[in-house]
Amino acid sequence: MPNTRWYMLSLIGKDRSGIVAHVTSALYEGGCNLGEASMIRLGGNFSMMLMVQFNGNMHALHEVIDNEAESLDLHLHIDHIEGRLHDHLTPDVRITVYGADRAGIVAKVTGVLAEAGLHILDLESDVAGTAEKPIYVMNIEGHAADGIPVLRSALEIVKKEGVDASLDEIDTLIG
Amino acid sequence: MALLNILQYPDPLLKQMAEPVEAIDNELEIFIRDLEATMRAGPGGVGIAAPQVGILKRIIIVDVSSKPKIKQHGRLVLINPEITEWEGMAKGREGCMSVPDYTGNVIRAKNIKLSALNEQGEPCEYDMEGFEARAVQHEIDHLDGLLFLDRLVSRHHDLFQRKVYK
Repeated sequence: MPNTRWYMLSLIGKDRSGIVAHVTSALYEGGCNLGEASMIRLGGNFSMMLMVQFNGNMHALHEVIDNEAESLDLHLHIDHIEGRLHDHLTPDVRITVYGADRAGIVAKVTGVLAEAGLHILDLESDVAGTAEKPIYVMNIEGHAADGIPVLRSALEIVKKEGVDASLDEIDTLIG
Repeated sequence: MALLNILQYPDPLLKQMAEPVEAIDNELEIFIRDLEATMRAGPGGVGIAAPQVGILKRIIIVDVSSKPKIKQHGRLVLINPEITEWEGMAKGREGCMSVPDYTGNVIRAKNIKLSALNEQGEPCEYDMEGFEARAVQHEIDHLDGLLFLDRLVSRHHDLFQRKVYK
């Protein structure tokens, strides 16, 4: 496929079964090739981010997907991106933070960790517990640009804010 | 010494069962030397299994001595290896020379007991733990036509998994 371009498609809407199948069928039938993607249900909404390779302009890609997105009641956004595959960074650290939910946990924690050299590659967070006593749980995988010890020290600062936090080195086995 | 070609998924040979080694002869010794050279030529490789170079025999090589501060046995050539006991479970990150540009989380036994023949054909037994035990389990999977992709677990919900497996 010469001259194909990469686009990033974001689709968000009320969750129901069959969204992925419908969206990806429309893209396939329209001549798209999917790259990396991330899809998850968040608070009753389904959110999708897909790298899409397509041999046409933005207008033509809208023609491929607009009808399907509309019929599924999905909000659609398309960006042209400088994307490429086979460009993964390997995480070398996993950090878990949890505590009684309150505003500002993510900002505080990620701020301290960023200063200590953490490059976040993947962040997943959830609110568990009950409506009366919500618990915030966050899982981060990243690259420790300045090494693990400085991140460990940073995490001690985080713990003083009243959250629990742990750090595991990811020692990837290549076999 | 020759570097062998490492097969990459979806090569169908990677999904085949390997056969036990019947006799250790000169030809096999040369193959083992080449297999080890191939493992060491790969970036960061701590193990290799014969099926990864298209030879369906039950031979693996593991050497995690590049990792400081862990319990390990150094360079190991393991012929017809068999895990006789498993204990504990741990999640860890794995990649594979036969699956470039992808790493994923896999649950493996923390401690294993292993019996195998060494290069001289003598029966040996090993107690292994942690990273070395993980490497051996990864390589023995290759002998059974399994890749780490067959054992992936979600990278999320770490807390839940600790609760279950600790």
